[in-house]
Amino acid sequence: MDVLNLLTDSNFWFGVLRSTTPVLFAALASLMSSISGITNMALEGAMLFAALFAVIGSALTGNIWIGLLFAVIVSVVVTLALGFFKMRLKADEIMVAIAINLLATGGTVFILYLITGNKSTSSSLPSGVFPALNIPLIENIPFIGNVVSGHNILVYVAFLSVIVVYYLLYRTALGLRIRSIGGNEEAAESVGVSVEKTRYTALLISGILTGLSGAYLSMGYLSIFTAGMTAGRGYIALAASFVGGTNPFGTMLASGLFGLFDQLGNQLQSISNTPQEFIFMIPYLATVIMYTVFAYRRSTRQQRANKKLMKQREAEAQ
Amino acid sequence: MANEYILEMKDITKVYPNGVIANKDVDLSLKYNEIHAILGENGAGKSTLMKILFGSEQATEGKIYLQGEEVVFNDSLHAIQNGIGMVHQHFMLDPELTVTENIILGMEPKKGLSLDYKKARQLVADAAKKYNFNVRPGQKVSDLSVGQKQKVEILKALTRGAKILILDEPTAVLTPQETEELFIQLKQLRDDGHTIVFISHKLNEVKEICTRGTVLRSGVGMGSYDLSNVTIEELSRLMVGRDVVREVEKTKAEPQEVALKVNHLTVLDDELNVAVNDVSFNVRKGQIIGVAGVEGNGQRELIDSITGLDETYEGTIYLNGTELMRKNGTKQRRDLSMKHIPEDRNTLGVMPDASITENLIALNYDKDSFNKGMLMDSSVIQNFSDSLIDKYQVKTDSSDTAVRMLSGGNVQKVVAAREMEGEVELLVADQPTRGIDIGAASFIHDQLIGMRKDGAAIILVSADINEVLAVSDSIVVFYEGEITAYFDDASTCDEEILGRYMLGLEQMSKEEMMEVNH
Repeated sequence: MDVLNLLTDSNFWFGVLRSTTPVLFAALASLMSSISGITNMALEGAMLFAALFAVIGSALTGNIWIGLLFAVIVSVVVTLALGFFKMRLKADEIMVAIAINLLATGGTVFILYLITGNKSTSSSLPSGVFPALNIPLIENIPFIGNVVSGHNILVYVAFLSVIVVYYLLYRTALGLRIRSIGGNEEAAESVGVSVEKTRYTALLISGILTGLSGAYLSMGYLSIFTAGMTAGRGYIALAASFVGGTNPFGTMLASGLFGLFDQLGNQLQSISNTPQEFIFMIPYLATVIMYTVFAYRRSTRQQRANKKLMKQREAEAQ
Repeated sequence: MANEYILEMKDITKVYPNGVIANKDVDLSLKYNEIHAILGENGAGKSTLMKILFGSEQATEGKIYLQGEEVVFNDSLHAIQNGIGMVHQHFMLDPELTVTENIILGMEPKKGLSLDYKKARQLVADAAKKYNFNVRPGQKVSDLSVGQKQKVEILKALTRGAKILILDEPTAVLTPQETEELFIQLKQLRDDGHTIVFISHKLNEVKEICTRGTVLRSGVGMGSYDLSNVTIEELSRLMVGRDVVREVEKTKAEPQEVALKVNHLTVLDDELNVAVNDVSFNVRKGQIIGVAGVEGNGQRELIDSITGLDETYEGTIYLNGTELMRKNGTKQRRDLSMKHIPEDRNTLGVMPDASITENLIALNYDKDSFNKGMLMDSSVIQNFSDSLIDKYQVKTDSSDTAVRMLSGGNVQKVVAAREMEGEVELLVADQPTRGIDIGAASFIHDQLIGMRKDGAAIILVSADINEVLAVSDSIVVFYEGEITAYFDDASTCDEEILGRYMLGLEQMSKEEMMEVNH
């Protein structure tokens, strides 16, 4: 089986959607916070905490939905803490985010060890997995049915979140306020919009989305928590949200590209002799390349526009 | 007792935490339906007084009475709710949002969970119609001219039910024609029952539109006057304590060979619109060329290209026959003795955390005269710094003070001192006197004329048309990225004429402007 076969295989595209989901949640979370004027690099840490606490909550209560609630709460707390340090204590948001992320790397393993005695996985914890959903009618369509139907429920939630975030940002008063404090804080303040309150609200939503992302990783994408399982998805989501611009649908496309490369890496593992380490690099390399191309295009758009204009003038002169 | 005043401020004193007394026992009373002027020099405490009235700052002492009742405004929202609106000098608008979004922000009409955009647009359209303001609700604010932005700000205050409207130096950014239009609208608002506070230091305008005025000098109230009873000279004496109406004294220019040659310059702005469109002109040694134009007509991009801050321009620029480069352009230009007083002193003009001395030597710290072997020669540097601080009257305790500790006017003096000293082939002076007092401004004007006499070529850009007219030898007018007028002799031109070209009402033919390339 070569790469071409892969691209016509519905299982491959099914996998792309699976891989896109955690990044999409987190990229939307990043969009929510950056549009309100704060860079949420603590995504990575919040996601990791959420993944662990989803498993713990689910195992403790035997209820997967309480697991989800655990994940969301812990992620919201971490994300609001970022806001507290930034707004109240005037700390640098990147420094705080690095601290949070390092705390998450060590802290999750510590907690995992306290509970299970194991430092790498939660396989001894009886946690569940969110149910898969078959979509009537669509599941019967050849190829498309195989790709779109039968996913974990959070996959659908992720794609619905795109619409929800869009509606929230561009169709509600809260959205207008969130955008306005990111654009001109003083102007918003002068008409009585509380910058602090609005930004906390944006971070709250950001935290919820990050929590969903983490919960999906440990109770959907996999069925256990493993140490460091976010594997940089938070940072990738950050890049995806910057590539995607201020529109949630752009964020979705950028996240989808990552999902594609992630899945490509996964599949190539089984069909190629290339060293595994190299294949693991693919999604990250793709992110670097995507972001470089994006940044280069942006930095040279002026030159390209110049050239176009000059050509136009020459044409007119003739 | 029915009160003749809609608002009274009594014995207002404001002391900032750092001990600066911005207002001392100031009284202000506003009558119903009047346009009331607040007069004073920069730093006289006008803005502080207005911030207290608008609730964005609190008075240390004193009371405010609204329609006879004492009020305390803890924040500006509180003031807005009591019918007070303010149009700030720096507009409180989010450029990324539309006109409608900016106006309804904070009081959004809702339909269920959603913001009712249809109703919001209607609200804005109705208000615009009612007050006869020509703005389109759906337009993005970043696409508007300065005059239009100001109208959006006024509308914003009016739709929030402002009865008292404070305008902080509203005409500073407008052309004479836009000012006329604003005045008509303000008079209309007054007749409709609004009270307007008009902050300005342009006495002619104040005389034209205001009925009464209150004068501030160094934070102290100099009294309120019925403006029909005082002359402009009397007002200016009250403001500064001396007669200041003075012309810039200058001899006739003696232009020599071409210093700066701008050849078919085209520049795109950040949105990829053509900001400067195929512009060519020359500046000669011993000549001051003034660039006039409403903000946002390509002056910014022109200056950035000439000074090398923008690397993306098309066309060629020569200084004394050497073609200027795009890459590492600023270094080459500095080596060719091009100097630049930038418009935004805080980001481009100074290193805020470095000392005054360090800022003053930033252009030649690496020259032999300032170094002794591997080390810098601190005594030479100290003497150099002290002499400039003295010459340019920078108010500071020590030359080691960090520049960010200085007031805006003094920061400007530091920038001017650095850029105007030493050898100058071309000086690009972008708003060189913005925010500094009249005394220091005329010193800088004298310096400019002195440098021109010594053979420097000078480009002067200023939002203040009077400054352009008074200091320049020749004037070019920018409109929509093109030169639409050229006056070889600035004294043949006046505000009125300049304004018509700045607004694009008139345009000179190519033949009339031949001399721009002389």
